[in-house]
Amino acid sequence: MNGLVAAPPTSWEWIWDHRDTIGQLFVQHVQLTAIAVAIGLAISIPLSLLAYRYGVTYAPITWFTGLLYTIPSLALFAALTPFTGLSVKTAEIGLVSYTLLILVRNIVVGLRSVPDDVKEAARGMGYTRRQLLWRVEFPLAMPAIAAGIRVATVSTIGLITVAALIGKGGLGQLIVEGLRILYPTEILTGALASLVFALAADALLLWAERALTPWTRVRVRAFVPPRPVGR
Amino acid sequence: MQSVESTRGATETEASKEAMISLRHVTKRFPNTRSPAVEDLSLDVPQGETVVLVGPSGCGKTTTMRMINRLIEPTSGEILVDGRDVMRQDPVELRRGIGYVIQSIGLLPHRTVAQNIATVPRLTGWDHNRIQPRVDELMEIFGLDPELKQRYPSELSGGQRQRVGVARALAVDPPVMLMDEPFAAVDPIVRARLQEQFLDIQRRLQKTIVFVTHDIDEAIKMADRIAIMNLGGVVEQFATPEEILREPANDFVKQFVGAERGLKRLALIKVADIQIEDGPVVSPSASPDEARNAMRRFSLDWTSVVDDGELLGWVDESALQGAGRVGEASPRPFSAYVTASDSLRQALDSIVTSRTQVAVVVSEGQRYLGVLSLERISQEIIS
Repeated sequence: MNGLVAAPPTSWEWIWDHRDTIGQLFVQHVQLTAIAVAIGLAISIPLSLLAYRYGVTYAPITWFTGLLYTIPSLALFAALTPFTGLSVKTAEIGLVSYTLLILVRNIVVGLRSVPDDVKEAARGMGYTRRQLLWRVEFPLAMPAIAAGIRVATVSTIGLITVAALIGKGGLGQLIVEGLRILYPTEILTGALASLVFALAADALLLWAERALTPWTRVRVRAFVPPRPVGR
Repeated sequence: MQSVESTRGATETEASKEAMISLRHVTKRFPNTRSPAVEDLSLDVPQGETVVLVGPSGCGKTTTMRMINRLIEPTSGEILVDGRDVMRQDPVELRRGIGYVIQSIGLLPHRTVAQNIATVPRLTGWDHNRIQPRVDELMEIFGLDPELKQRYPSELSGGQRQRVGVARALAVDPPVMLMDEPFAAVDPIVRARLQEQFLDIQRRLQKTIVFVTHDIDEAIKMADRIAIMNLGGVVEQFATPEEILREPANDFVKQFVGAERGLKRLALIKVADIQIEDGPVVSPSASPDEARNAMRRFSLDWTSVVDDGELLGWVDESALQGAGRVGEASPRPFSAYVTASDSLRQALDSIVTSRTQVAVVVSEGQRYLGVLSLERISQEIIS
């Protein structure tokens, strides 16, 4: 192949010709991200509750999730292929493991930040334990939990490009292939598209968090003078 | 005045007849502590009364209160609310039926003012159509502007937060309220206003209230009865504020009540409660000599001038000079009066600031009733 010499530095034509492939890879990237964060949350929430309710379990839980987090991603994907092959499963196992530390830490920090007096008042008014958890503690932990979800999402989007090495890398496929044939347009397309996706996902989640936690924004409003009492 | 029952003196049957809340030989030991937080405490809170638990920190007053709605469970003893043993009730149901206010108020930061007030009605499954009018009603009672309904607690002033907290506790109209230093987190001026407002509301609602504070002045102001507690959860005296000031049971109570015991008592006694004195009185048509006789009879150098029951003012020798009748001597108005509903403390203030050295007591429409002298007031305190 003489493409090495012939390839222009960037080519809008190439992007246009491959728009279907790029679109499919983008969809795959979104799916891999969504699945990883969703499964990550499904595992982290019970783990966090355990760590929150029973303080002694917090250290072992963070130790274990921290251990998963420190395994180099490339090594993890490679190590899993003998068992799960070049499959989505392999990719997701790796991606999910990396979200756990971030999510657990943030959920526990969020739950612990709920003021004691609010919990005491809620209990005194007759909230059951479950109502207290879902109606008071989780909503108030939302800002910290949302911050964790944002970091987990953005880092997952980045990590997926590494999973391209086992063939399940979404937009990362473009980078890997571009590197192989030394075609800058393809490399840049993959890199920039995943960057834009990461920024967009972050902005979207931030917007969702704001919409869900209106009380965290202190609005400036007109002063309302106290009214005379006892009418 | 109500009779005073000491915790140990009252027979149990008599005391429990009208008691809304009854603590019987209640002891609380926390794990890994040497001495109990509350020891063998018996106390009755009569229906519709405010009992204030007051004492130094560590005296178990908050622990005692929290055992009533089972936020803390007693180690031994029995607590009855409305005749039912709290330990045999579902704690969640029990708490929903008892209003609860804590010092930091603990408003739910993620709920608006209206949602906060609606907390217990929602937990107990009230219909939306019933909740909204109730929220509006409570906001009206507590003088909260309807514009505040959609605000979050972080957007309120300290005083507004406290009022929302108390309004929230009253939402389902519970017969019993527990209040743990509910006015402590605001400045003294706002606190005094909140206390007055709450007393006013309580006069109408007649809730049975257990109120915890470390501030003896707040206790005297808010209480029908005060339980003065000492370290180890022991009640040193349980009596009306007036009784505690008049006859402190022991040195601890005396010391806790502090200086100015006499002045504090004066604030609790109304002018109407004591026998007022006659003072020198003449009518405007009387001659100057009659006025002089009146003064001499009371060994004073002035006399009140009263026309058919209405107080016109006072005259002294210099005013009488050259007047044919007392009325021509142009009586000067008193600088201050007191009425039957004023306290003796206000009367005392009137005495020490007036030129005539007495407080003149009038009823509505300036009707002259008599006078109060310093001697008369101090007699009341010494007796």
